[in-house]
Amino acid sequence: MYMELRFHGRGGQGAVTAATILARAALLEGKWAQAIPEFGAERRGAPVSVYARISDKPIEVHSNVIEPDIVVVLDYELLKVVDVTKGLKEGGTVILNSPVNKSPIPSKYKVYCVNATRIAKELNLVVSGWPTVNTAMVGALAKATGVIGLESAVKAIEEYFSNPTLGKLNAEAAARSYKELEPCSD
Amino acid sequence: MVLKALTANHAVAEAAKLARVKVVSAYPITPQTTIVEKLAEMIEKGEMEAKMVRVESEHSALAATLGAAAAGARAFTATSSHGLLYMHEVLWWTSGARVPVVMAVVTRAIGPPWNIHVEHSDVMDQRDTGWIIGVAQENQEAFDLTLQAFRISEDPRVYLPMIVSLDAFILSHTVAPVDVPSQQEVDAWLPSRRQPYVISPETNVVMGNIADDADYYMMRYSINAAMEAAKKVVEEVDEEYGKAFGRRYGGLVECYNCDDADYIMVLMGSWAGDAKKASDLLREKGYRVGVMRVRFVRPWPREVVQEKLSNRKGVIVFDRSISFGSAGQLFTDVAASLYGSTSIRGVVAGLGGVDVRPEDFMNEVTDFVSHVEEFGRVYEPLRWHLPPKYAKSLAEEVSA
Repeated sequence: MYMELRFHGRGGQGAVTAATILARAALLEGKWAQAIPEFGAERRGAPVSVYARISDKPIEVHSNVIEPDIVVVLDYELLKVVDVTKGLKEGGTVILNSPVNKSPIPSKYKVYCVNATRIAKELNLVVSGWPTVNTAMVGALAKATGVIGLESAVKAIEEYFSNPTLGKLNAEAAARSYKELEPCSD
Repeated sequence: MVLKALTANHAVAEAAKLARVKVVSAYPITPQTTIVEKLAEMIEKGEMEAKMVRVESEHSALAATLGAAAAGARAFTATSSHGLLYMHEVLWWTSGARVPVVMAVVTRAIGPPWNIHVEHSDVMDQRDTGWIIGVAQENQEAFDLTLQAFRISEDPRVYLPMIVSLDAFILSHTVAPVDVPSQQEVDAWLPSRRQPYVISPETNVVMGNIADDADYYMMRYSINAAMEAAKKVVEEVDEEYGKAFGRRYGGLVECYNCDDADYIMVLMGSWAGDAKKASDLLREKGYRVGVMRVRFVRPWPREVVQEKLSNRKGVIVFDRSISFGSAGQLFTDVAASLYGSTSIRGVVAGLGGVDVRPEDFMNEVTDFVSHVEEFGRVYEPLRWHLPPKYAKSLAEEVSA
C-alpha cells in the first residue's frame, strides 16, 4: 500500500494538524507516514496545501506530492479559487467539506461530501470565530478511503490534544463525520 | 521500540534533552526556530533540567554556548542560513579552543533574494572551520546523529565541535516516524561529558591568547590530526549505536545498490531518498546504478570515496550548493579524491528548494551514461539542472 494525499485549506484552518493526525493514526496501525506542510509564509485565510504519504514500508522519497491519490478539501469556497483536482490520479478520491451535499467535481473521480462545518459548530469547535473542521475531515477521510481506521483516528486525535475535553470533542467530530459522509455529485 | 510521529526539529530537540544538555543558547530563525521553541518548552515545564540563555543574535548564541561548554556544561545550539553565517567567526573560536559543542543546522538558502527553502550553501560555507559535519537523510537520522554527535565531539581522540545538518522543511517541518529511546537507554550509551580542559574561577586557563607563530601552526596541525582521527571514531560510534539501538548507517558514507554498479550518484541530505528510488527504477531499465550518500562532509571520507568510486564507469555528483566560479563543493572533494581515475560529472540542482524528483535524477544519469559511452572519458565539473520552467524556455531558445 502506498498512498499520496493533498489537503486544501486556508491558513489557520488546521490542515497541517489534519495531516499530522493522519500520520499519527497511520503509525498506530504500524504503517509509515509523512505529513508535509507546504513550505511558504502562510497567512491566516490564504489558501494552503498540505501533503501526506502513507505506506506499509518506510518512505524515503522527499520530493513534492504532485499526483495525489486522495484530495481533502476543508473549505468549499476554495473550489472557486483553487484547482483541487490538479494532478489527481485517474479514479482518485475527493472528500469535500460541503454545506450542500453537492459537488461540482467531475464524476470521473470518486467524490464524497460531509458538512464538517455544521458538525464543528454543533460541538462548539470554534476558534476565533472559525469552525475547526480538520478533525471532522480526518473522520471523513477514514470512511471514504480506509487508509486509516476510525478507531486509530479517534485515538490519534485524543492523544494530539493536551486538553482531554477538547480531545474528546474533536474525536466526536471525527466519529460524526465518519457516520454522515456520503457519495455526492452535482 | 516506541515510534513517535515527529518533525525532525522536534526529534532533534528530544535528542538534546535525552543527551542531558545543560545549557541551550539560540536566536530564532526559520526553519530552525521550532527546535529551540521545543527545548524552551521542555525547560519551562521542568521536563529538562537546563538553562536557556536568551541572546540578541546568533553570534552571541554560539559565544554563550561556547562559554558554557568551556565551563564544563554539555551545551547545544541550533541555527540556519543567515544565522549560521552570522555565527561564522565563533565557529572558528570554538574549534580553535577544542571545546566540544553540538549544533543543529537546518540547511536553508541564503538571501538575497529571500528564500527559506532547502539548500546546502549555509552548511557548506562552514566546511573549513574545523567542525565535524554530519548530514541526515531522514527525521530518524537527525535524531540519531544528534545523540551520536555528543559522543563523537566529546571523544578524547577528537575534541572538536560538531554540526548536525538537516534539510529545511523537507525534514525540519515534516512529520515522520521516529524511534525515541528511553532516558535510561541513552544514559547507558552516552558517557558523561569529557573535554580537554574546564575553565572556572579556580583554574588558570587562558583561551584565545596570542600564541607564538610556530605554536599556532602546530595547533592547526593538531585540529587536522583530530579530524583524521574522527573518521575512526565515527565508524565506531555508528557500530556501537547499532548495537544499542538497532540502527547503523554505514559510518562516513552510506552506499546503496553499489556492489555491482557501473555508475554511482553521489549526494547528501534528504534528496538521497529520491536518488535511491531513481536507482531502483534505473535498474529496472537495465542501468546498473548505485547511490553513495555522503553522511560526513568533514572529516572528508577520502579513503572510502576512493574505495567505493574508483574503477566505476562513471560518477555523477549532485550538489545542492555551488562555490561560485568553481563547481559544487561535493564535486570538488569527490573529484580531488579520485584524481582522474574515472569519468565524473558535477550537477548543481535544487537550489532554493526547487523540487528534484526521482525522474530528474534518472534523466541526469541516463544523459551522463550516454555521454560516457560516446566520448569515453568525461570530466565535466558543472552542469546546471535548471528548474523546469527555465529548462523549457532555454530549450525553445536553442531550437529557435
